[in-house]
Amino acid sequence: MSVSAQISFRDLTLGYERHPAVHHLNGEVAEGALLAVCGPNGAGKSTLLKGICGSLRPLGGAVDLHGISPRDIGYLPQGADLDRSFPISVFDLVSMGLWRRAGLFGGIGRKDRAKIEEAISAVGLEGFEDRPIGSLSGGQMQRTLFARLLLQDARVILLDEPFTALDASTTADLVDLVRRWHGERRTVLAVLHDFDLVRAAFPETLLMARRAVAWGPTKEALAPENLLKARHMGEAWQADAATCPVAA
Amino acid sequence: MNPYEMLIAPFVEFEFMRRALVGVFALALGAGPLGVFLMLRRMSLTGDAMSHAILPGAAIGFLLAGLNLYAMSLGGLVAGLLVAVGAGVVARATELKEDASLAAFYLISLAVGVLIVSVRGSNVDLLHVLFGTVLGIDNAALLLISGITTVTLFTLAIIWRPLVMDSVDPTFLASVSRSGGVSHVAFLTLVVLNLVGGFNALGTLLAVGLMMLPAATARFFVRDLSALVALSSVIAFLSGLIGLLVSYNFGTPSGPSIILVAGIAYGGAVVFGPAGGVLSRLLPGRHLEA
Repeated sequence: MSVSAQISFRDLTLGYERHPAVHHLNGEVAEGALLAVCGPNGAGKSTLLKGICGSLRPLGGAVDLHGISPRDIGYLPQGADLDRSFPISVFDLVSMGLWRRAGLFGGIGRKDRAKIEEAISAVGLEGFEDRPIGSLSGGQMQRTLFARLLLQDARVILLDEPFTALDASTTADLVDLVRRWHGERRTVLAVLHDFDLVRAAFPETLLMARRAVAWGPTKEALAPENLLKARHMGEAWQADAATCPVAA
Repeated sequence: MNPYEMLIAPFVEFEFMRRALVGVFALALGAGPLGVFLMLRRMSLTGDAMSHAILPGAAIGFLLAGLNLYAMSLGGLVAGLLVAVGAGVVARATELKEDASLAAFYLISLAVGVLIVSVRGSNVDLLHVLFGTVLGIDNAALLLISGITTVTLFTLAIIWRPLVMDSVDPTFLASVSRSGGVSHVAFLTLVVLNLVGGFNALGTLLAVGLMMLPAATARFFVRDLSALVALSSVIAFLSGLIGLLVSYNFGTPSGPSIILVAGIAYGGAVVFGPAGGVLSRLLPGRHLEA
């Protein structure tokens, strides 16, 4: 079966105030891929996800989503900037995942309620429906956000450090969900720091340090020489940096 | 004086008291939900800044047409929206955060307003603009306030979902829809509209009190959003009702009386409120099983 590209990076440069955080990245993510994005702090991993979902405009080059809209992407940002003091229940927060179908005025009918309850139960939070989000633990909150992602039913899912500070059992449950998405041929990109987890669950890895250091089967991408190279490739942010000769 | 004469007779005997009562009822209906969202979006002081920003518009309206309700309201509305939009544009186009740009805009606006009123009006006019005259609400003002409340409730019904999502998780809303920015601007417009409606009755400085004090009070009693909105409106109306009676019976100015009643309710809630009040924290009761 031929595999078509879902996301293509063409000489992509992303950054802040003209300083690149992702620099001249080229490559393709196949439809249905389960790709780990690894690299040292400041390597541009989170920036890359922001560029894919359209919240950050490229400084150069382009991201091609091959026909899907950035709004059809399920995106779980790092430490989601959620106001947990807002008086809203787990059920209502998860129901936001139906936005694409319900929009401004669409009602939430019996079928939708069943779907929401199913998503909550799929992440192991049965009985938590009416709990205010402010009373949840970090792990429970992350499960809630995964339930919302489940409801979004997105073809492309971007996860930015989704398992940070979670216990082993919560991580295992959520990794199972990621595997389920992969089985449904959804394209999943996850920024991760735990190499053991990446080796166990992610067949493909992009190792980056602003540029791609290695991209391919996880075992090869995470080879010791590549990891060493990534550690030394950190291009320091310089206030007086010259204009990039490729961009000029 | 018997209870009937104190509590009922003022409204039975005097039309201006009935008008004032209907006025504060309409204001309370709009102010309740707006105050709750201002509070939950951590924009409590934005409401205060906007109330100051209205002043020069109202003053220019006053200069051009005297104590004319529509001219002053229109001027206030334009000035309020200019400050809201201007602060938003500066915050997005530059490195300055929105609170700093809003502070800059409203302070300039306030200075312009006070200057205009001082140069061209009398102290009495300034007092009217700053503190309003709830007992002087005529039919035109009542229609204006009711119209604003109607627009507010309809608009809130339309933007409710994105407004809630934008308050809880703005990044998520931005990733699935562009409605976050639209609902934010619509919400700010409603705040300005209601402040303009309120300033005829309470003055520019106190109009925001009917939004913020009841919302902050309600937070000490309920945690559910719908209940917060409903309770906030009820508290705002009761503050209006009791404030009017205080003003009538003791000869105090009506606007400050209404806001002070809301302030007393707030003070009581801070101490006795079951949802996070001082006493509930000091004496939490025996712990639960799970």
